[in-house]
Amino acid sequence: MPITKEAFETQVMAILGRLHGVASRLTRNDADAEDLVAETIARAWRARDSLTSPIAFQAWIFRILNNTFISDRRRASVRGQAEPIEDAELDDSHPFSIFERLHQPFLLWFANPEQEFLDKLLRDDVDRALAALPERYRVVVIMADMEDLKYAEIAETLKIPIGTVRSRLARARAALQETLWTLAHERGIEVSHAPKH
Amino acid sequence: MAVNDIDCALALTRLIELVDRELDDADREVVERHLQTCRSCLSRAEFERALKGKLRGLSNEDVPTKTLDRITVLLQEF
Repeated sequence: MPITKEAFETQVMAILGRLHGVASRLTRNDADAEDLVAETIARAWRARDSLTSPIAFQAWIFRILNNTFISDRRRASVRGQAEPIEDAELDDSHPFSIFERLHQPFLLWFANPEQEFLDKLLRDDVDRALAALPERYRVVVIMADMEDLKYAEIAETLKIPIGTVRSRLARARAALQETLWTLAHERGIEVSHAPKH
Repeated sequence: MAVNDIDCALALTRLIELVDRELDDADREVVERHLQTCRSCLSRAEFERALKGKLRGLSNEDVPTKTLDRITVLLQEF
């Protein structure tokens, strides 16, 4: 039985914050994020017969959001309104790891500089580091970490091999951590027991 | 070292897949057994999991009033 209008509305309103949160990181623009969320909800309503079970609603509507973003993005790129999605490459010759910078195996058991570092980061630091990633890397991080998608689902959505998902994620996470490291130092974040660099 | 035990170098290559829940039951068990005996790899797994949590946390935000109004109107049209 297709989802009722009332149930659809309730489900949408329950996850609207997450839909908008993901949309605004994908588009990096408030107006485009709003359009993407509205278009996603309209498409989802038209495709409501394809929702197999009410408990699958969230995964189902996020799949529609991702596909809508990708197709809008490709259309804009064909029209010359945006750069193609295949943008800058990230160098992975020296992958950066905050953990490797901070972790000290011989500290007292209660000392945890890497966790202390994370605790001192602001939400805005994480947001800025994510926004700084080239688009094709940002998209895989959003799908893997914000949407909690499996590698196979990301590969299917982006029409790329699963090995490419793995390598892009690894490069993206290293670059993200390097930006977080820089932002933290700009803000003067200090971590006790951290090794000197 | 037992037959199915792994060293830190191998554990590190699988840690991120553990955090991403990409390992099958057998592989997960092997990596988790290593984490039970290796504080350094356990700390790394906890760090990667916490960072992933920070990113996931970005999506918990208030919807701008303008967007909320538009979606409310849209839903009434269905």
